[in-house]
Amino acid sequence: MAKVLMRGNHVVAESAVRAGCRFYFGYPITPQNEIPEYMSERLSNLEGGTFIQAESEVASIHMVIGASMAGGRVMTSSSGPGISLKQEGISFLSALELPAVIVNMTRGGPGLGNIAPAQSDYFQATRGGGHGDYRNIVFGPNSCQELANLTYEAFDLADKYRTPIIMLGDGMLGQMMEPVELPPEIQLKKLPHKDWTLTGAKGRPSRFIRSLILDPTEEEEHNWKLMRKYEKITKEEVRWETFFTDDAKMIVVAFGIAARIAKGAIKRVREEGLKVGLFRPISLWPFPSKAIKDLTKRTKHFFVFEMNMGQMVEDVKLALEGSGEVHFYGRPGGVILTPLEISRVVSSYYYQKRLG
Amino acid sequence: MKKVFSRPKSLKKTPFHYCPGCGHSILHRLIGEVIDDLDLQERVIGVPPAGCAVLAYNYFDIDMGEASHGRAAALATGLKRAMPDRIVFTYQGDGDIAAIGTAETIHAAARGENITTIFVNNGVYGMTGGQMAPTSIPGQKTTTTPGGRKESRDGYPINLSEMLAVAKGSAYIERTAVNSPANILKTKKAIAKAFRVQMEGQGFSLVEVLSPCPTNWKMNSEESWKWIDEVMAIHFPPGVIKDITGDKKDAH
Repeated sequence: MAKVLMRGNHVVAESAVRAGCRFYFGYPITPQNEIPEYMSERLSNLEGGTFIQAESEVASIHMVIGASMAGGRVMTSSSGPGISLKQEGISFLSALELPAVIVNMTRGGPGLGNIAPAQSDYFQATRGGGHGDYRNIVFGPNSCQELANLTYEAFDLADKYRTPIIMLGDGMLGQMMEPVELPPEIQLKKLPHKDWTLTGAKGRPSRFIRSLILDPTEEEEHNWKLMRKYEKITKEEVRWETFFTDDAKMIVVAFGIAARIAKGAIKRVREEGLKVGLFRPISLWPFPSKAIKDLTKRTKHFFVFEMNMGQMVEDVKLALEGSGEVHFYGRPGGVILTPLEISRVVSSYYYQKRLG
Repeated sequence: MKKVFSRPKSLKKTPFHYCPGCGHSILHRLIGEVIDDLDLQERVIGVPPAGCAVLAYNYFDIDMGEASHGRAAALATGLKRAMPDRIVFTYQGDGDIAAIGTAETIHAAARGENITTIFVNNGVYGMTGGQMAPTSIPGQKTTTTPGGRKESRDGYPINLSEMLAVAKGSAYIERTAVNSPANILKTKKAIAKAFRVQMEGQGFSLVEVLSPCPTNWKMNSEESWKWIDEVMAIHFPPGVIKDITGDKKDAH
């Protein structure tokens, strides 16, 4: 199939529609406005398509819950401050075991912050984000092509596990244009039947979907049920990429757009003969802990680079369980680094550790 | 022998947990009767709130999807837009609809969402133990207004139904009460009309029901019925607040 040149925000929207998303509820916030704008037109021209620009992020995530209860494939999107507002509904989606895809094109924070690309919402996304004991599947794509592929897949996974999925991008991924091969349109009729939806009690007993479970032992069992689901996801849905790790004396760990920048830096230092590789978690939850630990057979030196003050670095340390030395370099606030800057910091650390 | 009175088909055989004298049990029954009368049991979806009626799905034998506090109108919007041929209603208390869920409700009405809302106004937060509600009337004693609701500190009660009547997308709004047999019959008629407005696709419909909460009002049932007429109804006058349907057959 021919490639098309598309902006990340349009890629995520078009890929969602091709994955069968017929319901989008959102609220404007930069730098993701192209998603609701695209969805407004695309879904209006599609049979069974629904687009609503809601009165708030809070309302939009609860519209998501309603359409998901009805069995629809449904998406919402936002950025930092708006994602904070959606957390109530994300906790409910998890508790109610409803599938949905939520896109966060992250911006600098905290507070209103700015509209520049940042990775400051890693904790919020990977730790659940709202109240209660739950996790979301979180993907951190680093290119428009990967954004297309993972968004497409996210709808199947959300349905399979009946759980919300967070697409954790950033302002750069949302705004940049790249050639993309779009996935084919699925046929809604061929999707597996959902036997839990609220469609009216016709020819079957009535159903209810609730998250209030007053009996603590029953609530505990619900928590364990979610836990068993999360364990299955942890076994089956871990994704990562390695780049020049086979002979690496030092490994850079970065996700999303930061990993893309780090790749450029690694190419530079490789030209100078430094044996540096990259480990890129693609699923941020479940985190590829075992794959990182396996790398300690090769080296003990890990260099974590993030566009924040240090969030994923905690997961790297947990994964290594003390078996490797972790150095962190971060630039928060929406600052975009160049591969040159990273290459300088990486090579300086490399020589400090007398690896070359 | 002819059976003249029985449990509505749309209600489960579960005894209500509500306090003696509470209006919820009466209202549940009325809604069950209307669902039966309109033959909607197989195509209706209810959205219960956070509050005393949070367990409504234990009583209604229909599909129900629980909303978080105040978000019922947004959730119902998602359900209804996904299934326009189904009948979707929310069941919300005053705190749920007129405080935390004000924005969701006003915008659902403004969009003309074709859903029905049953708004149970008893002037207190019942489930949490009787705190001041957005509809507590001036002077009303609650656990957070022990000296009575004072306008200078606590502001004035909100007349949400009148506010919703201003919204262009609302089709039918009526305020009733469940404090006498006559008023209970009026309430049933209003609920039936609100559902019919939705079935005909005319837009947002809402029935506000003044409902007794003897437990938190610290009254017996008889006093609470009287209090609705003599005090509450002054601030929240019963009657049709808006009706664009042109349908007079239910007028009363």
